[in-house]
Amino acid sequence: MRQIAIYGKGGIGKSTTTQNLVAALAEAGRKCMIIGCDPKADSTRLILNRKAQNTVMDMAREKGTVEDLDLDDVLLQGFKGIKCAESGGPEPGVGCAGRGVITAINFLEENGAYGDDTEFIFYDVLGDVVCGGFAMPIREGKAKEIYIVTSGEMMAMYAANNISRGVLKYAQSGGVRLGGLICNSRKTDKEFELISELASKLGTQMIHFVPRDNEVQRAELRKKTVIDYAPNHPQADEYRELARKIADNRNFVIPTPITMDELERLLMDYGIMESEEVAV
Amino acid sequence: MIKIKDHNELFSQPDYQAQFARKKEFEKPWPEEKVREIAEWTKTEEYKELNFKRENIKINPAKACQPLGAVFCASGFDGSMPFVQGAQGCVAYFRSHLSRHFKEPFAAISTSMTEDAAVFGGLNNMLEGLENTYALYKPKMITVSTTCMAEVIGDDLNAYIKTAREKGVIPQDMPVPFAHTPSFVGSHIVGYDNMLKGILKALSEGKRGEPNGKVNIIPGFDTYTGDYHEIKRLMALMGIEYTLLADVSETFDSPNTGEYKLYPGGTPLPDAMDSVNALATVALQKYSTVKTMEYIQKDWGQKTLTLSPIGIGNTDRFLEELSKLTGKPIPAEIEAERGRVVDAMVDSHPYVHGKRFALVGDPDQLLGMMSLIMEMGGEPVHVVCTNGDKHFEADAKELLASSPFGVNGRVYINRDMWHLRSLLFAEPVDLLIGNSYAKFLMRDTGTPLIRIGFPLFDRHHLHRQPIVGYQGALNLVTMLVNTVLDEMDRKTVDTTSFDVIR
Repeated sequence: MRQIAIYGKGGIGKSTTTQNLVAALAEAGRKCMIIGCDPKADSTRLILNRKAQNTVMDMAREKGTVEDLDLDDVLLQGFKGIKCAESGGPEPGVGCAGRGVITAINFLEENGAYGDDTEFIFYDVLGDVVCGGFAMPIREGKAKEIYIVTSGEMMAMYAANNISRGVLKYAQSGGVRLGGLICNSRKTDKEFELISELASKLGTQMIHFVPRDNEVQRAELRKKTVIDYAPNHPQADEYRELARKIADNRNFVIPTPITMDELERLLMDYGIMESEEVAV
Repeated sequence: MIKIKDHNELFSQPDYQAQFARKKEFEKPWPEEKVREIAEWTKTEEYKELNFKRENIKINPAKACQPLGAVFCASGFDGSMPFVQGAQGCVAYFRSHLSRHFKEPFAAISTSMTEDAAVFGGLNNMLEGLENTYALYKPKMITVSTTCMAEVIGDDLNAYIKTAREKGVIPQDMPVPFAHTPSFVGSHIVGYDNMLKGILKALSEGKRGEPNGKVNIIPGFDTYTGDYHEIKRLMALMGIEYTLLADVSETFDSPNTGEYKLYPGGTPLPDAMDSVNALATVALQKYSTVKTMEYIQKDWGQKTLTLSPIGIGNTDRFLEELSKLTGKPIPAEIEAERGRVVDAMVDSHPYVHGKRFALVGDPDQLLGMMSLIMEMGGEPVHVVCTNGDKHFEADAKELLASSPFGVNGRVYINRDMWHLRSLLFAEPVDLLIGNSYAKFLMRDTGTPLIRIGFPLFDRHHLHRQPIVGYQGALNLVTMLVNTVLDEMDRKTVDTTSFDVIR
């Protein structure tokens, strides 16, 4: 059983990418599970073909305590038998979303949600590693593989570097390793080269370059993955390729995060950011 | 009849002793000789140096946490129910801590936040808690503080209480003061301060009117119920009209009438509301009233004075300033009382003069005790204040510098009782002043302990005697000198100096 965590800047397309690649794995006959670690609970929508499911924390709130929950209340099956669970969490501005992730993952583990035959478990984690709760999937030897979704936009790269720092901390004390960057293209300048270079600076690889295609959007509107909605579309093949690369990946490293200065230099080298002298 | 043995006797019985011996096999302890060797090493200068370099652990810090001070303060108002937003265990600790000290029951509410509340925020706990509290315990005021749990997730007390009023969970006009009291910041004295400020803010709103000519007196985190009675007595003798703000004397020292009262007394709410119209506010402690006094001075525009009446000189200043403030002379009766206490001090001082003291406790009590000790010719040598800040350090140093008996004194802020243990081995003293936890220092170092401070779990009724005012000075002098004499008896028990006259 491989446990894999997907991180990346908010809005970069983590959930979409994760669901599409898991759909591709399932289509190839692999047994998969997705655990959404985001209070918005939108990590399994495309697999279940419906709006957010009952989350662990919603049900816990309803029943008063997490101990009274039944696994069946929160563990659903979607496209090609993919198991889905969402941690859920509070409304913005109150409570503690990180604690919700901790509670939910503990509950799922203790109640045997992973089963014996699951080959891949994907954790789709909200944005940055902002607190201990969002590091939960990579703590205590759970997910040992991390993929970071990024694009050629500066802040997405900045976040990718930051997440690498979080991974580094847990890599030193545990067995967690970075498996690569997934470039979810925004069609920025020299995006392929830039992310390849960032990946090499971080000591890893750009495992796949997912081109931008409106088919993804069309499928999403119908609460489906591209694999499910348009299996013959070239974009579906891109996700199949990503899925195959992840399944075959042997390149796991302790990341080597870079400084802000180095990151800016990288952008300048690729002509994206003007150097200060030129700007003056 | 079954004879029930208490644990002092029970565990020395052969079957228990045999069991302890059997357990050792599984405990696999270090050999006794090694344990003794290390124990001896902890008494050395080398260990002391290492001990003072310690950064990542506190061992027996002499402090409690903010909400403890907050519920203590909250209980000093008539009909006020202390209400803590947070986990249940914390409130159980506050209640048992206070009960063990005062030997009285103590009521407080916990909103019993559990895992779901930690994730979603504690609004529902707050709403249900307020509703239940109001329905079951019929308080005049619900006084809200917080534990770490609510603070870490950022529960917004102001908004929650507003919501509670809007939903009709509590009446619109019932005062519900609140204070954020994270346990991981400050100590019980800061919690007291935050809570009192919150209470005064809530109660004084819209109450500004004609000056009432009274003096507000804030005792601070003072766990001596005797002090409250003593202050009231002095005020009555001076003929000063006053309002004690957070009067906990009845809460923790009410008459046994055979009937349990949930709200045995405290500052009447109308008096507390009117405190905004007072002539001035006098705090009897500085470090447990910093924010409250700043608020009273700035927002109420009131004259504020901080005067701690522990020791003769301090009590003199306290009464003189009150006299100046109110124009009331100090009556002859109080002067005579002072004379009698000074006489007692003269009688006892040969035994206390030149004695070296180690002190550990809260900042204000330490300053008071240092002052009294030096008035008796004693020397404060080690002054350890876990919850003392730089301002306290400066105050304490200034006080030491003001007397020839202070030259050997050193002040240690942010240090704990394990640091003090090293100090006691390195530079022994004659007497130790501290709370009940200091008895372990007494055991390890053989220094006689005078129990002053909070908590006092292992001796009864000490809190019923005042330590403030001239009467308080007399009590303290009695404790000091008699501890010296007890020790003298113990040391001379087999000699010709085991004397009947001291």
